[in-house]
Amino acid sequence: MESLFPNGWGHYLAGGLVMGVGMSLLFAATGLIGGMSTVFTTVWSFFSQAPYFRDARFLSSRTWRLVYAAGLIVGAFAWLALGGEPFVTGIPAWRLVVGGFIAGFGARLANGCTAGHGICGMASLQPASILSVVIFLATAMITARVVAAFA
Amino acid sequence: MKPRAALFVAISGALFGFGLALSTMVKPEVVIAFLLWRDMGLLLVLGGAVVVTFAAYHGLPRLMRKPWVGDAFGKHPSEMSARTLGGAAIFGIGWGLSGVCPGPAIAGLGVGNWPLLFALAGLFAGAYVQGRFFASRDTP
Repeated sequence: MESLFPNGWGHYLAGGLVMGVGMSLLFAATGLIGGMSTVFTTVWSFFSQAPYFRDARFLSSRTWRLVYAAGLIVGAFAWLALGGEPFVTGIPAWRLVVGGFIAGFGARLANGCTAGHGICGMASLQPASILSVVIFLATAMITARVVAAFA
Repeated sequence: MKPRAALFVAISGALFGFGLALSTMVKPEVVIAFLLWRDMGLLLVLGGAVVVTFAAYHGLPRLMRKPWVGDAFGKHPSEMSARTLGGAAIFGIGWGLSGVCPGPAIAGLGVGNWPLLFALAGLFAGAYVQGRFFASRDTP
């Protein structure tokens, strides 16, 4: 256990369960599926006239996705207010920008990220989501190893 | 969106964000430690979230005819295609390079992790390039 979870395991499991409760409440109340990456597309519908961003499924979901994203920030801040430690990452800015760009492009191409495929897709036992998770875990592990070798 | 629906969406998002902060997924360093097999915590986060969500997705439509303030229960649209699987492979490269994925990039701002603004800029730009130049004509 020590070697698998050098920082303990309780907060990981508790956090995951709370996330599941959030997804479940969203589903019970509204029937919506709480993936995260689509918000990065729907926000563009406010600024761009390009046909893809004007798609009905983006125009119809852009409001709740923004509310949902705002909720994420409020929830994380609530954790901070209840005694959580503030945190500022030391990952270099270029890795955040370039990695964010690649992840944003890939997640939208795949129509899902760690939330959409990882949680929602796997929870609904969708084969394409389960395979997507295996694939992105593999490419992420390889990339992290390569970066660690050069860092 | 009806105000009552918006309230439920906000509370759901807040629970999700609280969970991301509690599980330290808002720290890219923790994600990268997982990807390097130094700390398996992310598996517990994902597993815990999937188990609860699985119960909801499969149980609630049997217990309730429709959601409290919605018209129908939705489904995550996953399509087995080169686009989905190729996109997943590309997503993983960006995730492994930055340690950041969409949910934590947003939630992390709530714990003061301001450099995630760099990651958010990248995520928005990546989504723009995908929608503008790589959108599929026939599939969602």
